[in-house]
Amino acid sequence: MDWSRILVNVAGEIFAPTTAAYALAAIGLNVHFGLTGLLNFGQAGFMLLGAYGFAISTIAGWPLWAAVLVAIACAAAFGLLLGIPTLKLRGDYLAIVTIAAAEIVRLVGRSTALTELTGASSGLRGNSYKDTFQDASPFPDGTFALGPFEYAMNASNSWWVRIVGWSVVALACLLVWLLIRSPWGRVLKGIREDEDAVRSLGKNVYSYKMQALVLGGVIGAVAGIIYVLPRAVQPDSMGRPMTFFIWTILLLGGAATVFGPVLGSIIFWVSLMLIKSVMRAGVPESIMRTEQIEQFGWIIVGVTLMLLVIFRPQGILGDKKELAIDVR
Amino acid sequence: MSADLPRGHVPAATPHATTASGRDRVTADLAHVAHTPGVPKPDAIVVADQVTRHFGGMTAVDVGHLEVQRGAITALIGPNGAGKTTLFNLLTGFDKPSTGTWSFEGRSLSGVSAARVARSGMVRTFQLTKALSRMTVIENMLLGATKQSGENLFTALVPPLWKAREKEITEQAEELLVRFKLDAKRDDYAGSLSGGQRKLLEMARALMSKPTMVMLDEPMAGVNPALTQSLLGHIQALREEGTTVLFVEHDMHMVRHISDWVVVMAEGRIVAEGPPEDVMADQAVIDAYLGAHHDTDLGDDALLDDGSIEQLQAEEQANLAAAAADDDREGTR
Repeated sequence: MDWSRILVNVAGEIFAPTTAAYALAAIGLNVHFGLTGLLNFGQAGFMLLGAYGFAISTIAGWPLWAAVLVAIACAAAFGLLLGIPTLKLRGDYLAIVTIAAAEIVRLVGRSTALTELTGASSGLRGNSYKDTFQDASPFPDGTFALGPFEYAMNASNSWWVRIVGWSVVALACLLVWLLIRSPWGRVLKGIREDEDAVRSLGKNVYSYKMQALVLGGVIGAVAGIIYVLPRAVQPDSMGRPMTFFIWTILLLGGAATVFGPVLGSIIFWVSLMLIKSVMRAGVPESIMRTEQIEQFGWIIVGVTLMLLVIFRPQGILGDKKELAIDVR
Repeated sequence: MSADLPRGHVPAATPHATTASGRDRVTADLAHVAHTPGVPKPDAIVVADQVTRHFGGMTAVDVGHLEVQRGAITALIGPNGAGKTTLFNLLTGFDKPSTGTWSFEGRSLSGVSAARVARSGMVRTFQLTKALSRMTVIENMLLGATKQSGENLFTALVPPLWKAREKEITEQAEELLVRFKLDAKRDDYAGSLSGGQRKLLEMARALMSKPTMVMLDEPMAGVNPALTQSLLGHIQALREEGTTVLFVEHDMHMVRHISDWVVVMAEGRIVAEGPPEDVMADQAVIDAYLGAHHDTDLGDDALLDDGSIEQLQAEEQANLAAAAADDDREGTR
């Protein structure tokens, strides 16, 4: 068994672009669920919209900044559209509507009627929309090795996308840190606890919930851009499983905390990679084939996370006392 | 009471007059008001007209006309299901009426959202206490404050813009917590407080916005007697400061002790109005709600000896017989 190669692979997950994208999406979901108590089960829909918005406008020849704005605008519009009919209802209705809305985005995206625009089920090839992002890099082309980690400087799964991705994660953490300690965040927490009480104190609950939904959705859309930069826009890879991974990451790290989503994402992807690489190297082909190991990895991760959530429901960084008072 | 005042003293008409203590002034104001349901008051802060609320075929509230005197403590009493809480919900924008209009300080509040009702100065508490459990006591209090610009998403990102106001309201909150004897619990989660303390917290939180009128839905339910005393004190202190109080309560001792005016509801209607002593002597109110022995303290040990129990039973029997005789007479007619 080649332990050094496995360890490098596993450690590489700590700062992989996918880890950053999921951390960012979980930060967005944290604004929804951790701060406001909104049950958004359609975070993947926000990400997919962001990815489409960015890729399609870039392909149409728009500059990088405009494409990012388009992605943000798409998510904001989607949030408004979702929020207007549902935010006056009880929380569980929002869950149903958001999961359906995310599916609608995916199904519309993969429908053959839109092949020209979205590439239907085969999606949009990465090379068709990566240029503006890669051209914005200040680094020379080629590859660069930092210790055992060797990646391309700018192309695809590069150092450049890692630097930008994690910078955005850091900015989002700063944003949430500022908001969580502000009076705005206090109102959101109040809404999470009891809407009517906050209403009786003269706050416009509907408007606050809408702000939270849009803000979290916009963070999700930016996560979608980072997610597709090292790969392609594939509607079917951004469906319900993605939403559930984001939820797992958030609960694992600890909802309503600043760094919980980041830590959750790192642990999630690192442990998945660890289990898969160790099994690929250690389990003979006669017992389990490679593709079965892939499936088995998910099972192990699922069981581990179930145990974690059962025995440590507040997540790794959450406050046990806060949760113990009123588990709802 | 008016004997304490100089001869020829005229009760001040201005709402926040400090020349006389709150109770005396209100009593003087209400002295010449007739004791009939829906009677106009000299200085009404809330005026409601033809307010009805139907749930399916059931009429929960059917109030023809109601006025609440400014600066007074008004009690809303009545049997369970009389529509007291529903009326509260309607007045505060938590429920939409089937018909009717009402105004607060001369401005119409019909169809106005709950949040805007609160911002206009009418703040309520709930029968089932709504402490925000997973927030600390001080956070609960700060949430009650108004004019905190940091509650705007964009201002929130620049702390210098709201830190000064935050300091002001924190001081105000701490003063209130001392008054309500919750200062020791300042940084505890509200969910860890006892039921009575949550009632106190909810009331203190409502006062953070310095409301002109507070609506308390059963402030004494589940509160121990020692705490009841201090709650009563707080409510009376509100009146001294010129705040109008309207509360729903089943505890007749409290109603008699602190209210200036009592409104009795039954089956959605207002059946009686007047000062507490008069209303509680009203035969209709006794029949509908209080019962013949409402004045008797059931916790009094003297009641436990056989003699008095027999006497009470005998009285009840006599009442029933009399009622039956009444019915018979009705029937033969």
